[in-house]
Amino acid sequence: MSELDPFILARIQFAANISFHILFPTITIALGWVLFYLRVQYNRTNEMKWMDIYHFWVKIFALSFGMGVVSGITMSFQFGTNWPGFMESVGNIAGPLLAYEVLTAFFLEAVFLGIMLFGFRKVSARVHTLATFLVTFGTTVSAFWIIVLNSWMHTPQGFEVREGVAYATDWFAIVFNPSMPYRLLHMLLASGLTVSFLIAGVSAFRWLIGQHTDAVKSALRLGTVVAAVLMPVQIFVGDLHGLNTLEHQPAKIAAMEGNWETQGNVPLLLFALPDEDARKNHFEIGIPSGASLILKHEASGIVPGLNDFVGENGEILHPPVSAVFFGFRLMVGIGMLMLAVSWLSVWQMRKGRDLKPLLAVGLVGMTFSGWVATLAGWYVTEIGRQPWLVTGVLSTRDAVGPIGSGMVASTLVAYLVVYVLLLAAYIGVIIHLARKGDSAEKPRDAARVGGGPLPAVDPVMKAE
Amino acid sequence: MENIDWDSLLPVVFAGLMGLSILIYVVLDGYDLGVGVLTAFAADDEKDRMIASIGPFWDANETWLVLAVGLLLVAFPAAHGVILTTLYIPVSIMLIGLIFRGVAFEFRAKVRPERKRLWNLSFFCGSLVTALSQGYMLGIYVLGLDTSWLAVLFGVGVALALTATYAFLGAAWLIFKTEADLQRKAVTWARRTLAIMALGMGTISIVTPMASDRIFSKWFSVPEIILLAPLPLVAGGLFVALWFMLAKMPFAKDRFSWAPLVMGAGAMITGFAGLAYSFYPYVVPERLTIYESASATESLGIILVGTLFVLPIILGYTIFAYTVFRGKATALTYN
Ligand code: HDD
Ligand code: HEM
Ligand code: HEM
Repeated sequence: MSELDPFILARIQFAANISFHILFPTITIALGWVLFYLRVQYNRTNEMKWMDIYHFWVKIFALSFGMGVVSGITMSFQFGTNWPGFMESVGNIAGPLLAYEVLTAFFLEAVFLGIMLFGFRKVSARVHTLATFLVTFGTTVSAFWIIVLNSWMHTPQGFEVREGVAYATDWFAIVFNPSMPYRLLHMLLASGLTVSFLIAGVSAFRWLIGQHTDAVKSALRLGTVVAAVLMPVQIFVGDLHGLNTLEHQPAKIAAMEGNWETQGNVPLLLFALPDEDARKNHFEIGIPSGASLILKHEASGIVPGLNDFVGENGEILHPPVSAVFFGFRLMVGIGMLMLAVSWLSVWQMRKGRDLKPLLAVGLVGMTFSGWVATLAGWYVTEIGRQPWLVTGVLSTRDAVGPIGSGMVASTLVAYLVVYVLLLAAYIGVIIHLARKGDSAEKPRDAARVGGGPLPAVDPVMKAE
Repeated sequence: MENIDWDSLLPVVFAGLMGLSILIYVVLDGYDLGVGVLTAFAADDEKDRMIASIGPFWDANETWLVLAVGLLLVAFPAAHGVILTTLYIPVSIMLIGLIFRGVAFEFRAKVRPERKRLWNLSFFCGSLVTALSQGYMLGIYVLGLDTSWLAVLFGVGVALALTATYAFLGAAWLIFKTEADLQRKAVTWARRTLAIMALGMGTISIVTPMASDRIFSKWFSVPEIILLAPLPLVAGGLFVALWFMLAKMPFAKDRFSWAPLVMGAGAMITGFAGLAYSFYPYVVPERLTIYESASATESLGIILVGTLFVLPIILGYTIFAYTVFRGKATALTYN
């Protein structure tokens, strides 16, 4: 077998690891806020069902957090091993941002996680609520810093290049780079949607197998209502995000729209097969002038085309078209489905009515739909930036390390095996927990919840 | 302020910070990895208690590793590249070990009872593999990232020694956090691993100067040798004291149950100080100094400001977390 290109392998390995990693932050960021909300609701109302929902979901939170931590540690090593060129040329900017993430977010999350998970009986209700808040706040701060760095890679500013190395000149400009606010909001909303569909899906499953408790019903309502509220906001933010990208990364938009020639009256393609060799689309189905309308707000609006991004010597300077094109359609398609399903569910459950089984099955089917949309979105964003790693500053090829492909290939296979196993175990545990319900975990004495130690010998206090 | 030479000061400051977080990491994650290794010798119900004793802490302990690697990456990017590409395979093995061990904490408590065994095994193997690969990397690093077969052999030796050291710290932690039978068992474990730990530290102290003339002359010349003598003497004293003390432990009323942990950490600090002295100013032994590999001064400055501000806060809430879970470990529960 011929030697595989270490460049390709390093990219596949990085993509595999970050894709695995992002699954879990997507859950922990928003689930943390949900738990905080539940905790506050309980403090306010003293209704036991809030604590029941809390105790069910805190386990899934703990599990997701653990998965996020271990895959995140892998990421922080890979930055250096796979992309030494990245740190050499933009390390002066990436470094401080990563350092601030560790200092301001990771320690906060990690230290208070112990109190949040296991301190329920050891600290007062107020401290426990505070710990829940701090962990959640930490995950969001962490998302902020890493999105700042990632957005800077898409729309860099506030620096100067001397002898091939970037030096920061204006930290404010670096942090508040043009795509950051949109990307951060879009990602946080993506997290919210992923979690609300997870909660709705798991609760619908529990409902279907006969756990008709107050807690399950409230959780189902919570999940669908949050989704129904967030989805329109996401469409709005996504649209602004796209307009911003049009301004700063026109080649990416051209690929997303599958538009080859710069022109007006560009259709919004619902389906097509982009062909990079022939430089045209096959089997186009589209809404006339749709893309022009969305991007320029008039039917004759000029939309950039891919053919503008071909060098004099035929060198391709735009991203691979198919992946961006289909990734975008997958994300938006799931978004539309989410809108329909969540609104329908909220409507069916109005005034305390029950969900019809058919829709409940639909929600179960969409339990992990947020993951698919999130990954699709990241693939659009990241592949859409190619051939650049940092737009206009550093090309991806220049950033690879000198590691032999044999080493990368063998570790890649090892990681993939581990990830598949863990993902199966993770989903298996969620199903197992859903089947078991929260009966086994019910605190026996509501008065004691959230304060005061338990008696030293307690048979229920085993290992869980 | 005018005459401070930041260009040469900042690399030293960052080398110090990085050293500090590595030291904190090996002591803190050392005890919880050690507990993981020791689960192999414990009964099932003891495993629950052992893991409960580290449950609230392990994540924060590992964050020191993230900080250490992060500082290496951001402050000395060139060195980060050389070290991590040379150690690519052991690093990957360590990461997979950390993955299996980290997720086992959660999985073992949530799966169907039949599966718990499997996750206990994953917890043990993950801890063991992590400890071994860290020791191996230490060995290779001490010999200047040499990868000849002799160096590999030495690396394997250090791997075993560091694993024993972690196991000692783990046993000392259990002496501190548990009682009755398990505590007595931990005393036995501590005594057995102490000897290997002492042997390992002694060997590294002899091999390091042998492997490098530069390090040799840094230690064995007057007056350095006199000024440095306290390091090995203190370490030796701690080992001897531990040996005799452990023979009599546990003491009545649980007195001094914290002492083995503190003394073990003390021994590690002396060893670490010795290594730091040997290698300064190199970050990649004999190849790259901290000055040659440092990032731009402005970038280091902005990280330093954040670090000096945040580090005390981190230490503060870490201490708070330890006081919340003070006393003998009880089983963990979410509600
Ligand atoms: C949008 C969010 C997001 C993104 C894009 C990333 N992370 Fe992440 N990361 C988190 C959001 C997050 C989080 C929410 O803060 C985590 C997830 C698991 C957890 O629950 O905390 C976390 C954990 C986490 C940890 C463990 C921290 C600990 O010990 O508590 C490390 C070392 C990293 N990440 C590193 C990275 C690197 C190097 C990334 C990019 C290449 C990265 N993460 C992308
Ligand atoms: C969180 C979700 C993310 C996902 C799913 C994701 C996915 C990907 C994918 C699929 C690639 C490969 C693109 C290609 O090679 O064509 C890539 C590249 C890359 N991304 Fe991301 N990314 C994410 C976030 C980030 C963040 C936060 C950073 C940095 C702070 C980052 C830095 C990089 C780097 C350094 C590359 C390497 C260049 C390359 O492989 O092409 N990514 N990412
Ligand atoms: C239906 C309306 C939506 C629109 C119009 C939209 C628009 C966009 C656009 C234009 C991008 C690329 C940004 C760029 O890099 O230039 C993007 C990326 C992304 N999308 Fe969406 N999106 C929608 C729905 C969703 C949904 C439902 C999710 C997940 C639940 C999602 C998750 C993401 C993620 C994670 C990214 C990558 C990160 C980022 O660049 O923000 N999107 N979206």
